[in-house]
Amino acid sequence: MKETQTQAHSTNFASTNRTDLWWIEPMATGFGFLCFVVYTTWAMFQAGYYYAAPYLSPLYSPTLMIDPTAAGSAPLGTAWFGAWPGWWPKFLPPSPAMLVLIGPLSFRLTCYYYRKFYYRSFFATPPACAVTALPQKDYKGETHLLLFQNIHRYCLYIAIVYILILTCDVFRAFFKDGQFGVGVGTVVLYINVLLLSKYTFGCHALRHLLGGRTDCFSCANGKEHLGYSLWQKVTHLNENHMFWAWVSMIWVGFTDLYVRMVSMGIWHDFNTWRH
Amino acid sequence: MAERTFRVWRGDKTGGKFAEYKVDVGKGWVVLDVIHRIQATQASDLACRWNCKAGKCGSCSMEINGKPRLSCLTRMNSFKEDEVVTIQPLKTFPIMKDLVTDVSWNYTQNKRIAPFKPGPRPKDGQYRMYQRDVERSQEFRKCIECYLCQNVCHVLRDQDKKDKFVGPRFMIRLASLEMHPLDTEDRIEKVMNEYGSGLCNITKCCTDVCPEHIHITDNAIIPLKERVVDRFFDPIAIILHKIFGKKKS
Repeated sequence: MKETQTQAHSTNFASTNRTDLWWIEPMATGFGFLCFVVYTTWAMFQAGYYYAAPYLSPLYSPTLMIDPTAAGSAPLGTAWFGAWPGWWPKFLPPSPAMLVLIGPLSFRLTCYYYRKFYYRSFFATPPACAVTALPQKDYKGETHLLLFQNIHRYCLYIAIVYILILTCDVFRAFFKDGQFGVGVGTVVLYINVLLLSKYTFGCHALRHLLGGRTDCFSCANGKEHLGYSLWQKVTHLNENHMFWAWVSMIWVGFTDLYVRMVSMGIWHDFNTWRH
Repeated sequence: MAERTFRVWRGDKTGGKFAEYKVDVGKGWVVLDVIHRIQATQASDLACRWNCKAGKCGSCSMEINGKPRLSCLTRMNSFKEDEVVTIQPLKTFPIMKDLVTDVSWNYTQNKRIAPFKPGPRPKDGQYRMYQRDVERSQEFRKCIECYLCQNVCHVLRDQDKKDKFVGPRFMIRLASLEMHPLDTEDRIEKVMNEYGSGLCNITKCCTDVCPEHIHITDNAIIPLKERVVDRFFDPIAIILHKIFGKKKS
């Protein structure tokens, strides 16, 4: 028997006796999310090439105001509040995305799944399971500065409105110059709203609001109420919430890229309109 | 039989060291078999808590190659043949001797929770529940109190907030009581103010290590956090609560 002097457990940051590649997951998820943030920020500041009739990029929907002089912009008639105002500061591009992205962004920022991964990847509390967390003088969790996470259900309400708006965009993507048809862009937009719906309607807060908040699903009359079947359906989606979070996020980025490329004339959109 | 190398923590609360043992490992062995072989052949004073050897008593919790696990459920063929296996006691609780830790803090937390309090019996004296109504609570009843979730929770393990947070095991106990159709006790205010639901930052390590595969975070902690939001942070829910009064029907 050979003996070596050491401590049972180290308290140093990121110390662990794990022998697997525990750092890959926080690195990969953190990097993947950063890529999305960089792309959407870049796309938001472009303020153009977000529309290729009849497709509207989801990052720019709804078009609250439009600068019709920008290349690849949506028709002025589709703006909710008309043309871009003259008082808008010059250092900010007249981008409809700047006005709308805060909605879906707040939903993802306060999402229980996203919280899990960014607390691990960016705040190292902890970086991975059984890996020593970043030492904090007085850890407060979500009780002080992070109390804002409790607005998640209100962000959910906003996200549901976005789903409705994006569904209308898909409907419009079937019509070009008043003529019914289908293009690759229509399919891309349709998949986008489908994936976003799977993510949004699998939300933990929605699961609670629709049925989880009750202690008894059938105490009133012995029959299961509507909330129970809704709760079951949301639970089904919720079991794969992480999967839907990632695929929907990636597809939103791809949808914007597709519309942008078609709008710039770099990619050709195959469709039944033949132009 | 193949000879394998093990580093086992030997010591007590004052300190200790890793001791290296070479053991001939047989086919189908689990880590607990190895510990028993070391006790039988090389170190009869090696302390290890165990009981059922079937993953049901929750006694043999330890850290194996840095991961909190039950040693009776950790098969030796899950490691590479030349891999040195490091065996440590749980980090979160004080070491008593070798691989045995003092988990009595958990029992203290359990006593703090208001017990099950059913309402008055119906006229025929029989309580009735439908399966769909108790299913959520039943998931949490699978808990074997191995305290792996308590051990891996960084709030207890690294941030040392045992005075502020009861930990995942007792969050599921609270959830099982709060979601029970017959229970009438209201614990939500304490869930936030005394049991520390806000300290959990949903990193889901408790769920990852649970040998009973209880969805601790998704089915217990997050629903409790949402009930706290209902009571304290959602203006609409607060108004509805004020109007409709008591929590439970």
